[in-house]
Amino acid sequence: MVTNATSFSRSGLSDWLLQRLTALILAAYTLFLVGYLALHPDLDYAAWARLFAGLPMKLFTLAAAVSLAIHAWIGLWTVLTDYVTERLLGPVATPLRLALEIAMILVNLGFAVWAIDILWGV
Amino acid sequence: MSNRRPVNLDIATIRLPITAYASILHRISGVALFFVAAGLLWLLDTSLSSPTGFAAVRECLDGPFARFLLWGSLVALGYHFAAGIRHLVMDLGVGESLEGGRRGARWVFAATAVLAVLAGIWLW
Repeated sequence: MVTNATSFSRSGLSDWLLQRLTALILAAYTLFLVGYLALHPDLDYAAWARLFAGLPMKLFTLAAAVSLAIHAWIGLWTVLTDYVTERLLGPVATPLRLALEIAMILVNLGFAVWAIDILWGV
Repeated sequence: MSNRRPVNLDIATIRLPITAYASILHRISGVALFFVAAGLLWLLDTSLSSPTGFAAVRECLDGPFARFLLWGSLVALGYHFAAGIRHLVMDLGVGESLEGGRRGARWVFAATAVLAVLAGIWLW
């Protein structure tokens, strides 16, 4: 069996499932946040900070941030392996794809750490 | 199977069906949202840092360029959301036929148009 060193879970089936689980979490979080902002047009800092200070919202935001990192990792990996190929770009494709994949993974990990840092300070 | 059959993988010479546009736009909107995510995290970070930061974010989003950028981000999000729901519906075995796939793609484009108008009404 050929495994891939840069896919999220090293398994296509597991990536497939995780892409859908994280999509559901991100969809729920998006609907909640857009709904909240639409219902509070005159939002001020105190109410905004209070919303994120509560433990349920902290956990919801953490779940969404981790989901975003996993979802974007799987999605961008798929895009990079489809288009940054030797067939389309020649011999430079393999080192270029590896570099882009590592950069994309680091940025996604950075997103998750950044979100934790934001929640830590509220 | 004969490995000498003719193969055409030059996508530029193929007229894409509506389902292909639905698929490639799902990818393009996804890549765009990866960059949008960095902006949203910055907005969240700044808006939660202090009352001054919150006021700065409100002021920043009041600018016409920032508002248009936000609208574009919401449209990309709306499209990616609708196309993702279509995927989940197809995973449940609904709309998997050729005609079902075409109908789903049209539904996604229509839903995005409605969401784009709603986002515009919300922001302006």
